[in-house]
Amino acid sequence: MPSATLLGQALISGVLAGGLYGLLAMGLSLSWGLLRLVNLSHFALAFLSAYIVYELGTTYHVEPWWSAAMVVPLMFLIGAGQHWLFDRFKVNELASLLITFSFAVIVEVAIQLYWTADFRRYETEYATRSIKAGPFYIPVMELVLCIVAGLIAWGTWLWLRRTYVGKALRAAAEDAEIAAAYGVDHKKLAYLLSGIGAAYAGIAGTFIALIATLAPAQIWAYLGVVFAVVIIGRLGNPLGALAAGMLIGASESIAMAVLSPAWAPVVSFSVLIVILLWDPDWL
Amino acid sequence: MVDRRGAWRRRGVLAAMVGGTATLAASSILRAAPSGKPVRVGGTLSLTGFLAQTAAIHKIASEIMVEEINGRNGFLGRPVEYVLLDDQSKPEVARSLYEKLITVDKVDLIQGPYATAPILAAMGVAQRYGKVMVQSSMGIPKLQTYDRAFPATPFGPEPNVTYPNVILDAMAKFPTPPKSMVILTSKFPSAQFMALGMKEQAGKRGVKVPLYLEYESGTRDFGAIAARVKEANADFLWVGSLGLESNLLLEALRKLDYTPKNSFHLYPAPGPLALSPDGDKALCSTFLEPDEPFMSRPGMKRIAQEFKEKATKANLPYTTIDAQACGMVAEWQILEAGVNGAGSLDDEKIAAWLKKSKVETIYGSTRFDGPYNHGDAAQLIKQVQDKKWKVVWPPEFAAPGVKLIAS
Repeated sequence: MPSATLLGQALISGVLAGGLYGLLAMGLSLSWGLLRLVNLSHFALAFLSAYIVYELGTTYHVEPWWSAAMVVPLMFLIGAGQHWLFDRFKVNELASLLITFSFAVIVEVAIQLYWTADFRRYETEYATRSIKAGPFYIPVMELVLCIVAGLIAWGTWLWLRRTYVGKALRAAAEDAEIAAAYGVDHKKLAYLLSGIGAAYAGIAGTFIALIATLAPAQIWAYLGVVFAVVIIGRLGNPLGALAAGMLIGASESIAMAVLSPAWAPVVSFSVLIVILLWDPDWL
Repeated sequence: MVDRRGAWRRRGVLAAMVGGTATLAASSILRAAPSGKPVRVGGTLSLTGFLAQTAAIHKIASEIMVEEINGRNGFLGRPVEYVLLDDQSKPEVARSLYEKLITVDKVDLIQGPYATAPILAAMGVAQRYGKVMVQSSMGIPKLQTYDRAFPATPFGPEPNVTYPNVILDAMAKFPTPPKSMVILTSKFPSAQFMALGMKEQAGKRGVKVPLYLEYESGTRDFGAIAARVKEANADFLWVGSLGLESNLLLEALRKLDYTPKNSFHLYPAPGPLALSPDGDKALCSTFLEPDEPFMSRPGMKRIAQEFKEKATKANLPYTTIDAQACGMVAEWQILEAGVNGAGSLDDEKIAAWLKKSKVETIYGSTRFDGPYNHGDAAQLIKQVQDKKWKVVWPPEFAAPGVKLIAS
């Protein structure tokens, strides 16, 4: 039987790891829920951002926070540009899946051409720091990630519910024609939302550079678990995405501690199936 | 008095020049540049996909060897042309591409792909067409049941028995020999195979294994695993890791303020682990390193230098030649020896010659007359010392002044 310390430590690790799942899921959830576009290139943009942060940090010794200040606006522009293409070619939900998959593959190949397929690791002195709280250790970087993810989720939730733009976006997602009749310019708002979703990928990428291993094929490593998080957290709901990410992260980690690490990948989809069968009101 | 010493010196220089020119001329006549229709050698590497980081190393090693072989006499006086395709790290793609190489591209000879699963896929095709296949990375030798498949790497027929004992022998020489061991392994087949062997051999030699864990390849977060390793607090940590998994585990342990007493890592990314602040004194498997006594092997210095230049040009982060790259070097050396020895490109004749002969490769003298065409096992242990990998065990393979250090 695992000790209370082991369980507690596993829970902390899992919740913090879930913060990254939630952060990655947010942009995908917004795009899917409010624009009806399934943007698989979100993962590629996150890793492209991570590689840029890595390059700026290792080659030019730019602090990651300054790198983020450059990468996030760049991703916003790429996201808005992507939406121009979707709009120009009237891409629907299913087609978006295929097109953004192709885009992700192109980004993967481009990353491999420039940075090679070899593993890259951005070593920073603060990436492995921890805070001791009783018998537990809380990794600082993962904690910062969770705080940032929480602030973004909360801010986005408020923006969608309390501002005219947010309400207009939700109205357009429900029925674009009726929303247009009330003066909502859905097309312009969609550019904004696409840009924001991609910017979130930029923020997630900054943290990926600091806490994870970089390799081009890693783009696909988060695909399954983040899709489960998006569905469990409900489409278009940033707070739901973060909560679901933490739930999945904690479940995986507890499974690793109590059963075996080999069970962890099964957990996210098991939780998804259980919740879909349960069909709670909030889903 | 006439100074005869100057005259003799001039004559000596002249004689040396004439002799040198004659030697060069003779060698250029004897080793005429290969000519005629190229001998096409086909193979796949995982140029994309999750194994792609190793393919870059193997591709460079192949390029060097094709240049070397063509700089000698090619294959039977004909230039060698390497037809390389990308199997995308997928066994099913490797299988189709070997079929294409043999039936459509009509290559004369083939080279094996990288990693157990693509090798097994390609081996089935090679067997169907009776082609000789030399491979360097089949981690589970007993799966190599095709009699014309030859290993370039000296794993020996039972690395799951021999290698754990090399590690246990080294551990026994620590000032305080470890009495307990945590075994943690990726479920990648060859790593899992070795982990099970380690567990069994440790038990036989009285080393307790309080924790044995398997994790999926591609595990993203090692926090919970690290917590279990810390709680077990064994004398030795054995990790069946691939790529950067060891780095991620050691970082996760450091976040818990825990440093394993001694640790061994099976197939880590060598550069990142050596350079990591957590990698100091980490142990790892190897067959040779760019150090003495290995650098004195024929061609090793030149190949190591060429590898460094090409790897730098290819923007690889770790440009030092290692056992991984040497596997591909040995593949080409074995194929070259087989063709020359048989005096033919016929697969049956090459296979027959290899089975009864010894081949001098970068790994040393290699034979193929044991089970699964394997010869003797030649596993060594290397250790990170001052951010560099040094062979430390067995002691006769350690560079002068280098010793195994217990943490």
